[in-house]
Amino acid sequence: MLTRRQLIKTGAVGAVALVAAAYLAGPAEERTVLGAQPLGFLTSHDMPIVRAIAPAMLGLAPGGANPSLDELVAGVDKAILALPIAVQQEVRELFDLLQNRWLRRWLAGVHSPWADVRPDEAAAFLARWQDGAFVLLRTGYQALHKLINAAWYGNPKSWAGIGYQQPARVMEVLP
Amino acid sequence: MSIVDPIAEGLARGWKVTDGATLTGDLSLSADVVIVGSGAGGGMTAERLAKAGLSVILVEEGALRSSRDFRLDEAKAYPELYQEAANRQTADKGITILQGRTVGGSTVVNWTSSFRTPPETLAYWRDWLGLKDLTDAALAPWFELAEQRLSVSDWQIEPNPNNSLLGKGCEALGISHGRVRRNVKGCWNLGYCGMGCPTNAKQSMLVTTIPDALDASARLLTRVRVERLLTSEDGSRVELVGAVALDATGIRPTGRMVTLRAKEIVLSAGAIGTPAILLRSQLKDPLRLTGTRTFLHPVCLSGAQFAERVEPFNGAPQTVYSDHFLRVDAIDGAVGYKLEVPPVHPMLAAVTLCGFGQRHAELMQTLPNMQVTLALLRDGFNPGSMGGKVVLRDDGTPVLDYPISDTLWDGIRRAWLTMAEVQFAAGAQSVLTMHELARPVKSWAEAKRQINNLPLKPVLARVVSAHVMGGAAMGPDEQSGVVNAFGQHWQVKNLTVIDGSVFPTSIGANPQLSVYAFALRAADALQKRMAGG
Ligand SMILES: Cc1cc2nc3c(=O)[nH]c(=O)nc-3n(C[C@H](O)[C@H](O)[C@H](O)COP(=O)(O)OP(=O)(O)OC[C@H]3O[C@@H](n4cnc5c(N)ncnc54)[C@H](O)[C@@H]3O)c2cc1C
Ligand code: SF4
Repeated sequence: MLTRRQLIKTGAVGAVALVAAAYLAGPAEERTVLGAQPLGFLTSHDMPIVRAIAPAMLGLAPGGANPSLDELVAGVDKAILALPIAVQQEVRELFDLLQNRWLRRWLAGVHSPWADVRPDEAAAFLARWQDGAFVLLRTGYQALHKLINAAWYGNPKSWAGIGYQQPARVMEVLP
Repeated sequence: MSIVDPIAEGLARGWKVTDGATLTGDLSLSADVVIVGSGAGGGMTAERLAKAGLSVILVEEGALRSSRDFRLDEAKAYPELYQEAANRQTADKGITILQGRTVGGSTVVNWTSSFRTPPETLAYWRDWLGLKDLTDAALAPWFELAEQRLSVSDWQIEPNPNNSLLGKGCEALGISHGRVRRNVKGCWNLGYCGMGCPTNAKQSMLVTTIPDALDASARLLTRVRVERLLTSEDGSRVELVGAVALDATGIRPTGRMVTLRAKEIVLSAGAIGTPAILLRSQLKDPLRLTGTRTFLHPVCLSGAQFAERVEPFNGAPQTVYSDHFLRVDAIDGAVGYKLEVPPVHPMLAAVTLCGFGQRHAELMQTLPNMQVTLALLRDGFNPGSMGGKVVLRDDGTPVLDYPISDTLWDGIRRAWLTMAEVQFAAGAQSVLTMHELARPVKSWAEAKRQINNLPLKPVLARVVSAHVMGGAAMGPDEQSGVVNAFGQHWQVKNLTVIDGSVFPTSIGANPQLSVYAFALRAADALQKRMAGG
């Protein structure tokens, strides 16, 4: 995840992108998603980001026998709330950055508002950040990778799909 | 068959335990000794001093859990039992650090491998760091005592396939390897040690020294985080231990203050934790040694696919090892590494495996046939691997600044090569180096080509650690260490550090037994000092 120092350092990149962007048409604004109730950490503006990125990150379709997208978002929220306050603050900075339509367009390379982002566009974003030139991008990618994978594979509904189960002989005798 | 709950039984017997989250007012207590942190160092010290008849207060920032809370469930265990929910990271996010944060500390979640401090490490400490008294003979009785106390013994059961494949690969290449000793009693061979042992087989502090200390009338404060030590005007004595109560999530202070007074203060908050308290307290430290030389045994990893089922999630976690690559070069030469095998469960596997999308999903689907080998690098000997430094964030919480040096990258690359070679020798169908840009390869020749071309950049390579050591190093005098060879602080006379932060280099083997033995030795010396004065 990112640190304040990295954010300030790479803030310069963001600034350049912003200036460049000013000469071009403004990126599409985020839409308000109706009915999304904020969770403990994730706001109704953060949730479309997680919902857009998760299927591309996982390469799997939520729902059915798998965890649902709502369960995944709730799992991400829970995972963030377990982090120390200083680290939660860094995650906040990451989501704020992704929410900003200029930075979304010029730092993440995502044209559409998150609520409209298709899996291939989300995957292109992930690929860009995974091996990004700036450590800020790489750590941002890693933060999303960890949170989404932890929420998914921490959920027992994902286990059948990977041939995993808890050992029955002890589960049966737990108090 | 039902599993007993030694914690519930002890509480019913009348243990003095206070949960900080439930405090409705400030709390002020005094005792002969205050021990901060209840892990390997704190547990051993608490039992020793409480049984000697001293009044002891043990302060722990984590919560008190017991076997009934250990449900073989990663999503529950990591937030409840680990520092930063098992997501502690170095300042540049290049290394993920696993440390415990619960009554019993890291011993509650560790993997039970029990090695004595290697003789070559002690020799280096004597010959190059001036710690003349630390001979094998002088330490042997303390190792024996610790081994007896925690039932350390040879593991007689056949290793699980995840481990036996490491043995098989080493065998095929003529590389020496051995079986790991473990601190278990009646182990069910489950492999869930990292989530807390559900059967109480693991002889962690939670089921050994802490219950005995509490039976000997020690008092335990949980969810209480020590913030700083207040010293006398001349800085030579701790007068007060200042702490805050934490809420039920263990994350936010409730606003209740806890102040403790004692003749002697013992810091056992672990590496990173103990230096953080020392730094927040701004104790005398003329050479600014506190927090420096913090070591990690940085770990790099290699995954392999086998035709047969490996089920790396089942069976005792670490039972086979090889020290061959610690002995190729001199101890302070090119960085050596120890080969071992981690337990592999869905959540930690998913965050550790690189990549995303279908590629990642397919890897996860092969989990039952996956073997994972790890190499832990021996840092702190080669001048190019002098460890990291604990620094404080604005809110006073610690973060370890540990950039990976070129010397270490060189070791990481060699270790990746070794692991791939060993895995192919064991019959792997493909090998995947844990690096964002690596792809599964089908032959050793291909692996060599790929590994030699991987960019060595932080965050691209997966590097983790479960062995934090140092930061309040022992030294023969105040120029070379924060504490002396018995953990006594060089500047502050009634302050003793008893935990993994006293080691002046990494151990070069899994460190718990070193922490236990040095703790018993230091606690014994402290007890004698107190009896004498
Ligand atoms: C997942 C994992 C696997 C491991 N496997 C092995 C293994 O197989 N073999 C081996 O030899 N070693 C292993 N280790 C390492 C070993 O457990 C540690 O080296 C050892 O426990 C360190 O002892 P310690 O006393 O220094 O710290 P810890 O045991 O970590 O205890 C420190 C305690 O202090 C508490 N604390 C910190 N700050 C404060 C504060 N300000 N106020 C109050 N309390 C505080 C912490 O919450 C913690 O409970 C493993 C570690 C982990 C995390
Ligand atoms: S392998 Fe043994 S020690 Fe580890 S959790 Fe299982 S029963 Fe406990």
